[in-house]
Amino acid sequence: MSFRTPLSTARGLGSAKHGVGHWISERVAAVALVPLVIWGVYSVILLARMDYYEAVEWIGSPVNATLMILTIAVSFMHMQSGLRVVIEDYVYSHLNKAACLLANLFVCGLAGALAIMSILKVALGGA
Amino acid sequence: MLTSILHRVTGVGLYLGGLIAAAWAISLAAGPESYATFKALLGSPLGKFVMFGMTLSVFYHLANGVRHLVWDFGHGLDIKSANASAWTVFGFTLAATVAVWAIAAQIGAL
Repeated sequence: MSFRTPLSTARGLGSAKHGVGHWISERVAAVALVPLVIWGVYSVILLARMDYYEAVEWIGSPVNATLMILTIAVSFMHMQSGLRVVIEDYVYSHLNKAACLLANLFVCGLAGALAIMSILKVALGGA
Repeated sequence: MLTSILHRVTGVGLYLGGLIAAAWAISLAAGPESYATFKALLGSPLGKFVMFGMTLSVFYHLANGVRHLVWDFGHGLDIKSANASAWTVFGFTLAATVAVWAIAAQIGAL
């Protein structure tokens, strides 16, 4: 027999039934990041010895721009979902947890969007 | 145990790496002067130290992430396999990091 009242269920104790979706999408991003991150490391080595004008020309290649945007976009999705789990595990107070989760989402959303917009601007000849 | 907490530690460290990548793109779009400042920061001793840590973290998190994906399919979960794959992950992390920095030094990227 269960001692849990309908009210406690309504208050959100127990599974939100969204865990599987988060679990799967985290792994889909992880699989995509295997080749993207290897390409990313290779690109960082190349970019490290380029000056500004060479870097602008490099990102002007559609292949480089596309792979860089994908790497950034999928990385930020993975960063958001990964740190979300860490916050959920270590931050106990409801208010702090909500604040940390929101900050994580907003930082990833803002930094990711700024980075992609910047790459597009340079790649499309705006710099 | 150690591999599990290191996965989290390197993951949180790579969060900073993601923000550095975003800063790279933003400084490139901002023009030659901003980009020179960004490159000077990363090229400083502290910048190189951080990037060396990022290299270790990215290869550890990559290799251990693949290890987790294999586990998710139900393979390699016994203690003997898990210990062997842990050592493989450590070996790969060191070898790949040394290789990347050797290549970078060789082509004059440092």
